[in-house]
Amino acid sequence: MSHPAELHADHGHADHGHGGHGEDPIHFSVRGYLIGFALSVVLTAIPFWLVMAKVIPSSTGAAVAVLLIALVQILVHMVFFLHLDAKSQGGWNMLALIFTLVLVVIMLAGSLWVMHHMNANMMPMPMSPHEMRNMP
Amino acid sequence: MSETVPMNPDGDLTVVPPVFLDLKGHHHPENGTLLGFWIYLMSDCLIFACLFAAYGVLGRNYAGGPSGAELFELPLVAVNTGLLLLSSITYGFGMVSMQSGRKGGVLAWLAITGLLGAGFIGIELYEFTHLIAEGAGPQRSAFLTSFFSLVGTHGLHVTFGIVWLLVLMTQVTRFGLTPANRRRLFCLSMFWHFLDVVWVGVFTFVYLMGVLP
Repeated sequence: MSHPAELHADHGHADHGHGGHGEDPIHFSVRGYLIGFALSVVLTAIPFWLVMAKVIPSSTGAAVAVLLIALVQILVHMVFFLHLDAKSQGGWNMLALIFTLVLVVIMLAGSLWVMHHMNANMMPMPMSPHEMRNMP
Repeated sequence: MSETVPMNPDGDLTVVPPVFLDLKGHHHPENGTLLGFWIYLMSDCLIFACLFAAYGVLGRNYAGGPSGAELFELPLVAVNTGLLLLSSITYGFGMVSMQSGRKGGVLAWLAITGLLGAGFIGIELYEFTHLIAEGAGPQRSAFLTSFFSLVGTHGLHVTFGIVWLLVLMTQVTRFGLTPANRRRLFCLSMFWHFLDVVWVGVFTFVYLMGVLP
């Protein structure tokens, strides 16, 4: 009777061929880090300046501008610092990230939307403690 | 896997060999630890997303207490942001040193990164004690509760990142840049840069948007 494990002797974790051990999966370069750092300093300085110097008079306008710059900065960090691209870990990194982003968007947008409507449509009535106790 | 003995449908104990679709093991991810750690970071991202959502919902419920515009000191936040950004690039230089096998360089850059991280935590603790002394502690209003939860969770992450960094400095000093230590340094690099990404969200969403009228 043949033992199942013997069929797959070359499947052992200790000695499978493709490198990885002792080699780093990503090439790091000083140049890449410096470009990322310069970009993120600029992308940090602009929103602080926009808010502290009150450049945009409308609150909503300033909030939108600051949020958009933050999105660009997060992208810069992902590419230059976290070295994310479509090929790392055979695409599984990117897939996990996309899945997480979908969840984050549902959670953030959903919470804000639902709670905004609750606030807008169900304004609390002034109610005395006595009335509170006799609530149905 | 060799322990299990599946039975035939008719009940006799003939051994059915298990079926493997990938006989050569080509479908392994190149480095399982890094992918696993990335998935951990993604789950951490969900924790922060929940805290951001709570702050988004509660961030303007002051309960008659102080608002963000009255409490936040943007110059201090800017200094803190600078420290964290600098620590990100110094960790990056540490990884470049690791790649070229310079143990001393790795240790020096890690030490600088740790000091910058400690500076960040120091300023944040100063800010927190200042707020609490002013009577704007987490129990004051829903806004302050969600503020302390979000910023405090990020601060705790950075604190544990520093502990991890110190442990790795000891490891590298004693055992050198072994494959295991390189893998650990790589994981911490992802953790550290991830915290920087979260901080971008914090200073934008909490501090900058919080002081807008």
